[in-house]
Amino acid sequence: MTTQTPLTDAKSSDFQVNLSGRYKIDTIFAIATWSAIAISILVLVTLLLSVLIEGFPRLSWSFLTNFPSRKPEEAGLLSALAGTIWMMVTITAIAFPLGVGAGIYLEEFAKDSWLGRVIEININNLAGVPSIIYGLLGLQVFVRFMEPLTGGRSIISGALTLALLILPIIIVSTRESLRAIPDSLRQAGFALGATEWQVISRQVLPIAFPGILTGTILALSRAIGETAPLITIGALTFISFLPENLQSPFTVLPIQVYNWVSRPQQEFHVNSAAGIIVLMVVLLMMNGTAVLLRNKFQKQRG
Amino acid sequence: MTSDFSSSNSNLWQPNRQASKRVQFAVKTVFAIFALVSVATTIGIVLTLVFETFEFFREVSLWHFLTDTKWTPLFSSAQFGIFVLISATLMTSGIAILVALPLGLLAAICLSEYATAKTRAIIKPILEILAGVPTVVYGYFALLFVTPLLQTFIPVQGFNALSAGLVLGIMITPLVASLSEDAIYSVPQSLRDGSYALGATKRETIVSVILPAALSGIVSSVILAISRAIGETMIVTLAAGQNPRLGLNPLVPVMTMTAFIVQVSLGDTPAGSLAYKTIYAVGMTLFLITLALNIFSFWFVRRFREKYD
Repeated sequence: MTTQTPLTDAKSSDFQVNLSGRYKIDTIFAIATWSAIAISILVLVTLLLSVLIEGFPRLSWSFLTNFPSRKPEEAGLLSALAGTIWMMVTITAIAFPLGVGAGIYLEEFAKDSWLGRVIEININNLAGVPSIIYGLLGLQVFVRFMEPLTGGRSIISGALTLALLILPIIIVSTRESLRAIPDSLRQAGFALGATEWQVISRQVLPIAFPGILTGTILALSRAIGETAPLITIGALTFISFLPENLQSPFTVLPIQVYNWVSRPQQEFHVNSAAGIIVLMVVLLMMNGTAVLLRNKFQKQRG
Repeated sequence: MTSDFSSSNSNLWQPNRQASKRVQFAVKTVFAIFALVSVATTIGIVLTLVFETFEFFREVSLWHFLTDTKWTPLFSSAQFGIFVLISATLMTSGIAILVALPLGLLAAICLSEYATAKTRAIIKPILEILAGVPTVVYGYFALLFVTPLLQTFIPVQGFNALSAGLVLGIMITPLVASLSEDAIYSVPQSLRDGSYALGATKRETIVSVILPAALSGIVSSVILAISRAIGETMIVTLAAGQNPRLGLNPLVPVMTMTAFIVQVSLGDTPAGSLAYKTIYAVGMTLFLITLALNIFSFWFVRRFREKYD
């Protein structure tokens, strides 16, 4: 403390406030941050426009109703579109009950228990596993070990693989929706003599349901856009028939797009752009439904 | 108590407690099993990878795996130098983070510190769209838009690590931006006020007060983004090529770990063959790298998190 230089020391005049210079750097910094936002948006717009310009003229009714073909002008999306719808339904049937049930267990029954904490850490770790690793799991377990049941490289094998992939997302969003319900509601139920499950099924779940549904749809749209795990389990890329049951071989929109992009001919690239438009429209419809549900839900509570 | 009550007033309404409790028990058990599916998934992943990797190393020595300088598992004179694939993965992910770190961090600063609430409400959903674009679409963009664009001013080949890395960077930018923004936004206002009171400008406050305070969150967001980039498949498969090549030249085709798994999966590989085991050995390497990154990020956050009460 005694060594502190007095303010009147001659050296203090060396200190330059230089406000105008500092403000100049401030302005440059602010511009840099806004540019980062601008660049991100610009890239998004470029991406969407390049796809639209290339693919929009190719869109037609026959593009949606034709099977894939070696001739680019005759090739269509029918089997991929059907496969995607089959996958959507099957994944929902598997992942929705599993994810919501697990979410209810972790949030309502096993909160702060030893088992609950282990499962929670495990779910956090699973979220960091690359999707292609799930493909390797699916290839070994669903395609090979369970072949008599699943029929090998089939819809059910693909759906099980993707269901495991999005399970953590559904569990987390279920828990968040349940956490948002005030405890007073549960206590009122208990005070009337209801069991935990009666309170959950009759009081808590109906209110949390729109939120859970929103989370599930968003998770599902992630699954619909996935390509790598399905390629790994060996989903075929050239399918010129419609799936008949869960054990049928299949293809989906992203795999069809991948197949067309990876061909050298320019005509197939146009097809892939048109395929991307269809895929993005499907995803947009799903996300739009999720946003509508969320808004409706927020209004009801407000 | 209840039984006394019911015996004297048998015509009163009685809740069927036993049945309710049985239902409660059944539901609880079933849901616990559902929750354990996630644990089973982890165990399944680890067991599958370990088992097939073990089988792989019965045919190929670990020494060759780590020291060979060529990756030719499908040739008759097979060589298994995993670093050939790792070098390609590191290159594409490195380029990606060079793009995503400045872009994502500056965007996060802008959203948290400069943008008004109204602007935030518009920009955040746009970034969410960017995060929701399927990776195969980014692959299309890298191969058929970015590469031709690059070719107009630098001599890149049709497949190259550069355009794959750039687009990979765009893909992970929203992740860096949104997680960093959460960290920056949660720095308490009193720190900003204190800094302003000492005469610091806004930029000085951000650079020397807010960013250090949010460091743990920012670092973990970047590590998460790197781990996402390393595990990403479609962009690098489509745009970076299928040529296993040791080295760090971003202008030529390379093959990443994920691209190799796809290449083998596209062919008809019988289970039990060496090629089949090889994709699991590569998958194991990929899994261990991302796991190490996730553990490091977890440790970093616990070690360096600033707590404000």
